[in-house]
This record gives sequence, structure tokens and C-alpha cells, in this order.
Amino acid sequence: MKKLLTIASAIGTAALLAGAATGEARAADKQITLCWAAWDPANALVELSKDFTKETGIGMKFEFVPWTSYADRFLNELNSHGKLCDLIIGDSQWVGGSAENGHYVKLNDFFDKEKISMDDFVKATVVGYSEWPKNTPNYWALPAMADAVGWTYRKDWFARPELQKEFKEKYGRDLAPPKTYDELKQIAEFFQGRDIDGKKVYGAYIFTERGSEGITMGVTNVLYDYGFQYDDPAKPYHMEGFVNSPEAVKGLEFYKELYTCCTAPGMTNAYMSEGLDAFKSGQVAMQMNWFAFFPGLYKDPNVGGDKIGFFPNPAGPDGHFTQLGGQGISVVAYSDNQPEALEYIKWFAQPAVQQKWWELGGYSAMKSVVEAPGFAASAPFAPDFLASMNMVKDFWAEPSYAQLMQAMQKRVSDYVVADQGTAKEALDGLVKDWTTVFEDEGKM
Amino acid sequence: MTETTTSSALPEKLAGATPEVIARPIRGLSDKAIAWFFIGPTILLLLAINIFPLIWTIWLSFTNYRANRPNAEVKMVGLDWYHRILGDGDVWLAMQTTAHFVVWTIIIETVLGFGLAWLIDKKFRGHGLWTTVILIPMMLSPAVVGNFWTFLYQPQSGLFNYVVGFLTGIDPSSFQMLGSVRLSPWAIVIVDAWMWTPYVMLICLAGLRSIPDYIYEAAEVDRASPWRQFWSITLPMALPFIMLAVLFRGIENFKMFDMVNLLTGGGPGSTTEVVSITLKRQAFESWRTGYSSALAIILFVTVFGLANIYVKALNRVKQR
Amino acid sequence: MSGLSQAHSVVAPSTATRRIAGAIVIVYALVTLIPLLWIIATSFKTPPDSIAYPPKIVFTPSLEGYVNLFTTRTRQSPEMLAQLPPPTTWYDKLVRSRNMVIAGPSNVIPRFVNSIIIAFGSTFLAVFLGTLAAYGFSRFRVPLKDDLLFFILSTRMMPPIAVAIPIYLMYREIGLTDTKLGMILLYTAVNVSLAVWLLKGFIDEIPREYEEAAMIDGYTRLQAFRKAVLPQAATGIAATAIFCLIFAWNEYAFAVLLTSGNAQTMPPFIPFIIGEGGQDWPAVAAATTLFVIPILVFTILLRKHLLRGITFGAVRK
Repeated sequence: MKKLLTIASAIGTAALLAGAATGEARAADKQITLCWAAWDPANALVELSKDFTKETGIGMKFEFVPWTSYADRFLNELNSHGKLCDLIIGDSQWVGGSAENGHYVKLNDFFDKEKISMDDFVKATVVGYSEWPKNTPNYWALPAMADAVGWTYRKDWFARPELQKEFKEKYGRDLAPPKTYDELKQIAEFFQGRDIDGKKVYGAYIFTERGSEGITMGVTNVLYDYGFQYDDPAKPYHMEGFVNSPEAVKGLEFYKELYTCCTAPGMTNAYMSEGLDAFKSGQVAMQMNWFAFFPGLYKDPNVGGDKIGFFPNPAGPDGHFTQLGGQGISVVAYSDNQPEALEYIKWFAQPAVQQKWWELGGYSAMKSVVEAPGFAASAPFAPDFLASMNMVKDFWAEPSYAQLMQAMQKRVSDYVVADQGTAKEALDGLVKDWTTVFEDEGKM
Repeated sequence: MTETTTSSALPEKLAGATPEVIARPIRGLSDKAIAWFFIGPTILLLLAINIFPLIWTIWLSFTNYRANRPNAEVKMVGLDWYHRILGDGDVWLAMQTTAHFVVWTIIIETVLGFGLAWLIDKKFRGHGLWTTVILIPMMLSPAVVGNFWTFLYQPQSGLFNYVVGFLTGIDPSSFQMLGSVRLSPWAIVIVDAWMWTPYVMLICLAGLRSIPDYIYEAAEVDRASPWRQFWSITLPMALPFIMLAVLFRGIENFKMFDMVNLLTGGGPGSTTEVVSITLKRQAFESWRTGYSSALAIILFVTVFGLANIYVKALNRVKQR
Repeated sequence: MSGLSQAHSVVAPSTATRRIAGAIVIVYALVTLIPLLWIIATSFKTPPDSIAYPPKIVFTPSLEGYVNLFTTRTRQSPEMLAQLPPPTTWYDKLVRSRNMVIAGPSNVIPRFVNSIIIAFGSTFLAVFLGTLAAYGFSRFRVPLKDDLLFFILSTRMMPPIAVAIPIYLMYREIGLTDTKLGMILLYTAVNVSLAVWLLKGFIDEIPREYEEAAMIDGYTRLQAFRKAVLPQAATGIAATAIFCLIFAWNEYAFAVLLTSGNAQTMPPFIPFIIGEGGQDWPAVAAATTLFVIPILVFTILLRKHLLRGITFGAVRK
């Protein structure tokens, strides 16, 4: 024990000195850190960024955090004025808060100087990822990763003659990717519990995660189609009768029905990765997920290639929309390496780099890439992606986004997953929660 | 070792060790000065990292400050937050969830822990080694434990579900320990019991070992049955120790955050949202700093109440 | 406390009772060890084996979990892989067999180093301050002694999330967010209360005569403390240090709220280890195994003092 004490205090002293030393001086060699979520496209970005290091000599470090902790972790980092990230690929809904609280560097002057035009990017992504206030030319990010919710299905199962026949007899139409949510539910019911190749399979996979944004990003796809609106278009922030309209209530009820009838057991707290696992292990016929994962799924040795098909979010009785995902890349205002970070954005905005970004598995938001004649044919999900980007809607991007999100997560999750109360009560409660938030903000 | 040998040997050994030059200036220090010189730094550190922040929290709890809006105007809101919290059904629900968790873990851990201690006190061969083995879970990081138990609780492939299925014949994929509203509170209780039963066991063991043999010998002479001996000697004499263990666990589990956060994060829905999770969500996800400061103060007061009882109990045990 | 444990004479349990008691305890011990052993076993499985149904007890050991823990990898199409030069090392080969290439090292080593620096740094400070304060409380008449001791203990009673709210704001103002120094100071403050209480108990047990004799022989109070008390308290100091070390090593709540990268330790990092889908379980298990081994060693070293540590010195065996 005594020897141990000597050793321990020696290490302790050394640790203290090391802690103090690394706290202050940063190494002289230029290196910047980029923060994003841990997922397939991030790995593609690591690959892509090797070219940047080659061209400029600036080293790249990466901090990737799983999606379920992503908002939590990086909003905490920005609010704490931390210096971890020089560049951040932040979620679309953060832009309001980050702009108003000065977390991001405003990029207008930089864009003017470097001749980067926002007209070169898909309109929905510029509004969604870069602008605050919305629809004004104030830019806080460069659209980096276009994304939306879409669906994958098991093309090989859909193509089986015996299933085709049985489905036609039952529903009087072909077993094909659904155009509406009612069709989707029928197909899901058709597959639910079915035995395929000796394995029990389930109808559909949908988002149900509670902790971050999962169930909200799932349920909104249905709600938008059923006529849900965030507020009165004529009277901003007035939500009564829009958030909790009878149509919206029906939409929420539909999501719960879909959850109850046609999902695999255990999907009570599931987001992107659980969906991927369920689909890759051949557990589900249809999967809701972000387009970002589709290149990886298409490459999957077990369920990719010919076995996988894609379709955009189906329509509902009151419209046809899909949830916007995706992120812009921003320079963090607390960073000591802003010039290098801006240099990265300048490099990233080049058409050739954007083209390579798409080829490696990222989704470019640049018109020259996505509107190129060969784009639709370049991947089986490319046409659906283009269609989806034309019908996106996004969650509140208000500075109080996190609180608004927390409220919706709780209300929807309590109703859909924990089976408490009615859909009407859940949405009425949501109106109440959101009203309180906006009142506290002084916006109402 | 006797005093005389030590006191005469010590100075001889030390004679050459201390250079006079260094010793001189310190010689002047009075005991009182030394006492403050020794205790001062600790008090200063605690003032800086505990007390000053506490006072700040109290101030924040009367404002509408939000940590994610540092530039916004800060307004005093008086006792509004306290008012809102005490009338907030969600907070009460979280308090109930916490109470449920605390009560059940204490019951299970005390029964199991005392039982184990009682068995170990029989001093079978190798009891020392097995006691150490049993103690391992409580030394681990609650966060890491929570994280790896999610793996054991996987509905299809998880070991826990498989073993339960194997023993009872239920399909292992037919129940979700973490996903079901009914089971998830128990999933947390099980992990906590796995981790902390050894803790209660260890304290109870000390209690049992503190009972002098002559009391049992006297009971034996009086021909008291083993059953009677247990109820009239063992249990009452070990009781202060059991109480101590219960209080320690009660306070720790009242604060519980790490394990629950990684196991369920409060879900499904809000069924396992203990009050620390509510506080974390309000403070670090919704960034309602004022509101969460008020909630923090309410928790402080509650824990301080418990801590007071706890220190009194500590002293009572010590006096034995 | 009497603490005298003589051999049971009249009341010694019979051999049969002992055997049954022993059997039950051993079964309990083995059952509670299973989760930990399962994690260690999982760290040597391949990802498909780790989620196989029924769970695999017998499997071909693989180092894939450890390779995945220390690297980041990208999936490539077979055509692209065919163009690459053949793999040169065993881990390259392992990764390539999964249609992936290594893109670079993962963040696990910096996180492990952070854990070591922060745990040892804060332990050193807490024990240093704690020894001084404990000696002060043990030997001198300090005004409001009991209140101060209660105050020191009560700081440990606060829920960590509640403490984290003002610390977060304070560290933001003075730039200590996500720094090792900030975490060392915070853990020191939390640990010093334990250190004071434990060490006071240990020092109380050292007879005052030692110092008094030394002082009669011409030593100052400080010299007597250094030469007579410290050596006697060495075991207690070492035990206290290990307790502080374990706390700092295992701590999660402060780490997850106050660090993001530069000072992030292992506990908040381990749940972040994910593969292509969800958590990469063999890699998580590998990280858990490496993280837990020091704790197992410390538990064995500490076994005689555990009781004292977990009760803040209230119960001494």
C-alpha cells in the first residue's frame, strides 16, 4: 500500500501538470475540428476531407456523436461557448437559436467575397439550413447535407408471385410501393407476422424514440399529410385549431394505429439505427428513415442491391409532404481557427467537391449536382430524393427549438408509446406547452 | 508495539532528516495558525465550487434567465417558478416515480443484502474470497453498468431475456424490459439491486459481526430457540447498521441519474422519468435555467432534510 | 465499536449449516458475476455473434471488437476495394473482410488519457487537501468543528445535476468548460469531503503520543506531522486515494454535462461508440472491459477498507 501511495502521488502530480499544460497551449500545427453526427455520411466526409488536407495542409479532426445525443451534446457545447468545434454541421432547427445567440459566424460577407451564391443551392435547403430569420438573405451556414424522410422496402418480397396473388385477392390492387398512408397501412398489415423464408417478419418500421427528436421526426410525416399546421399562416404563433385541428388528431391517431398494428416488438424507443438494424436483419418489409442512409443500405451485402426499393413519404387525405432533415455547415463563433474553418467552407462549396461528395455517399444540395442530367439515373433513390426535396416541411427553427421539441416528444410519446390519454388530449396539451414557451419568450 | 519504544526510537531516526534552516521559520507558527492553514484550503475550495454556485442557483431561481439566451434581458419573477413547480403534475409524477424506485430498491436490497450477510456470517470456508467477488458490481461505474445492461435487456438477443425465456418458457422476444410501460420500472430496479445489494450486505455484515458472542452464549444458556435468538438479538442489534444502509441507499437513489439515463433515458413515454432526469431535461435540454434552478433548490432542501437524519443516524451508530 | 470478533464457541454454526450457507452465497456470487463475464466475452465476439439468437456461449474468439474500438472505418463497394493494394497488417485484413477500410484512429485513446489525467489529478489534490484538513480537525480545537464537518459532508449530498447548473454557467464565464483543469477542480471538490471524513477517522486512530513525543524532542508541529503522523497514516491515505480515484474514474453526470471532447472521460464516451447501425456491441464491450479492469484491481487492493469507504468512515471493521 505504501509503495502504491508513492506511485500514485507521482502519477497524480504528473497528471496535474499535464492537465494544466494541455489546458492552455494548443499545438502550433494547423488543425481544425469538425463536429457532426455519427452516421454513414460522416464517414464519407472523413474520406472527402482528405483532399482538403492534401490541398491546404490543414489537418482535420472529427467529433461525431450518435444522433440520439447529437442535439443534446452540441447545443450544450455551443451554449457553453466551448472551443471543441471549429466547424459544426448543425441541425436545421438550430439555426434560429445559433444566429440569435451568436454561436455561428454570419457568412454573408464571406459569401460575397468568395463569390459563393446561395442561388446555386436548392431553395428548400437554403431556407431550411442557412437563413435566419427565414426567407431573408441572412446566411449562417452553407447547405452541406440535404436530407428528408423517405422509405425503403423489400423489393424481393414485394415481387414474390404468391404474395402478389394473395395481396391482389385481398385488396384488389397490385402489391406495389404505397402512394398513400392508407395503402401503406394495408401493406404493413399484410406483412405483419407473416412467415418469410422461415422467419417471422413485421410490416413497417417507424420512429418512436423519446430522448431526442425521434418520434417527432416520425409522426410529423403523417401529421403534415393529414393537415397539421404549426400555426395560423395569417397569425404567427397562434396554434389553436391548427396544431390540434380535427384532421391533425386523426393523423396522430393514424400513427398510433400504425405503431400498434404493424411494427416489430421492442420498437418502443427506436430511431435511425434501430430502423437500420431491423431492415438489415430482414425483420421488416418497409422502413421509414432518412435518405442519408439509403446509399449505405443500397450497398448492404444482405438486403441491398436488387432486394431493396425506395419510395417517398406517401400522401395523406390533406396533402403530400415530408419531414425535412439535413444540415448546413457553420463556423463556430468561439473558435480560434475561424480563417481555416472558412477556408474549409470555401473548398467545400466548389462544384467538383460537391459532385464527389454525392459520389461518396453524401447528399449535395448544390443545383449543379442534383439538377445535372445524369443525377436521377446515378442511384435508384435519386429520383425519390429529388421529389422529396420539393415537398419538405420543417419543425420550428425558433431559438426555443429545444423546448418546443421536448414538449412534442413528451406529448406524442406519452400518447403513442406509453398509451396514455387520447390524441386530442395530446395535441391540446401540446398547444398549451407551446403557448407557454412563446409567452415566456414574449412572442405572444 | 509500545509507546516507549516508539517515542524514543523516532527522534533518533529523524534527527538528521530535517535541516534546521527549513524548520526555523515554521517553528513560530501557533497551533491555531496551523489549524487554519490546514483546513483553510479545503474550505476555500468548497466555497468556490459548492457554496458560491449554490447562492447563484438561489438567485437564478427567482429570475427568468435561460442559459441558452445569454443576451436576453433578465427579469425577476419572484416565487413564480416555485409556484409553478409545486403545481406541475409532471414534477409530481417524477417525484412519484422516484419514490417508487427508492422504496422498491431499498426493500429488495435490504432483504437480499441482510440475508447474504447473515449467510456469510456463518463463516464457511472461503467466505472472505466470495465476499470480495460479490462486492464487484458496486465498484463499477453506474453509467457503464446502465449501458451494458441495455445490451443484456435486448428483446431478441439479450442474455437476460434469453435466460428468463429459458427458465419460464416465455418467448424471449415477447417482452421488452426497457420498452414496456409495465416492465421498465422493474428493469431499473433489477439493475440497481444487482449493483447495490452488495453495499447493503457489507454494512449488515459489519452489524452482525459487532454483536458480541457472549450474548448468544447467554441466550443459549437460557435455551432460547434459534428463531427467538434471531428476532430478539440478531435483528435488533444489527438494526442501526441496517438503518444506516437504508439511509445511504435512500439518498443515493433519490439522486439517481447515471444508470436510469443510460438504461431508459426516462422512457418509454415518461414512465421511468425520475426527478434527476426531469431536472436534466429542464436545465440542459429545454434550457429553462430559472425554472430548473428552483427545482434544484427544492431538491437541495429535500436532500438536506434527509442528510440531517442521516448524520444523526451516523452519530448514533458511531457511539456504539 | 467493540470490533472484537472472537471465535464462536457454544454458538458456532454446525458444519451442515456452514455448507448450505456457503453454497447459497457462492451461487449468488456466480450469478451476479454473469453480466460482467458476458460483457468481457462479448468483447471477443464478432458483431454478428454478439447479437446472435440464441446467445452464443461458445464462439470463435475475434479481436474485431478491439479493432473497431480503436479505429474509424468506412464501407466501400467491392469494385473500389479491388483497386486497393492488399492489406498489410492483421487488423487491416480483419476490417477489409467486412468490405471496409480504416479511415483513421478513433477518439478512444485521447478519452482514456483524459480519464487517467483527471482521475489521478483530482485524487492527488483531494487527498492532499483532505489530509491537511483531516489532521486539522483531528488534532486542533476548531470553532464550529461539527458544523464544518457536516458542511463538508453535505456538499456530497447534492444531486449532481443540480450542482452542474451553476457550475456550467461559472465555467462558461471563466473559460473552464471542457477543460481538464475544470474537471480536476470539480472532482477535487466532490472528493475532498470523502477524503476529510475518511482520513479524520484514520488519523484519530493514531495515538497523539507519537507527535507529542516528537515535539518534546524538539520538533515543530509541522515536522511532527510530517515525520510521525504521515507515515502512520500511509495505509489510510492510500485507501482514501483509491476511493477518490474510483469515484473520479466512474463519474458520469458532471462529465456528460460539462465536457464535450477535449476533457471528455470514458464513461460518457462509451455509450457513443457506435457502428454502422446501432451500438457496436463488441467495441462497446471492449471499451467496457478495458475500463473496468483497473477497478477490479483496485477492489481487490481495497477489500479490507471498503466498508469504511462506503460509509464515510462511520463504520470501521
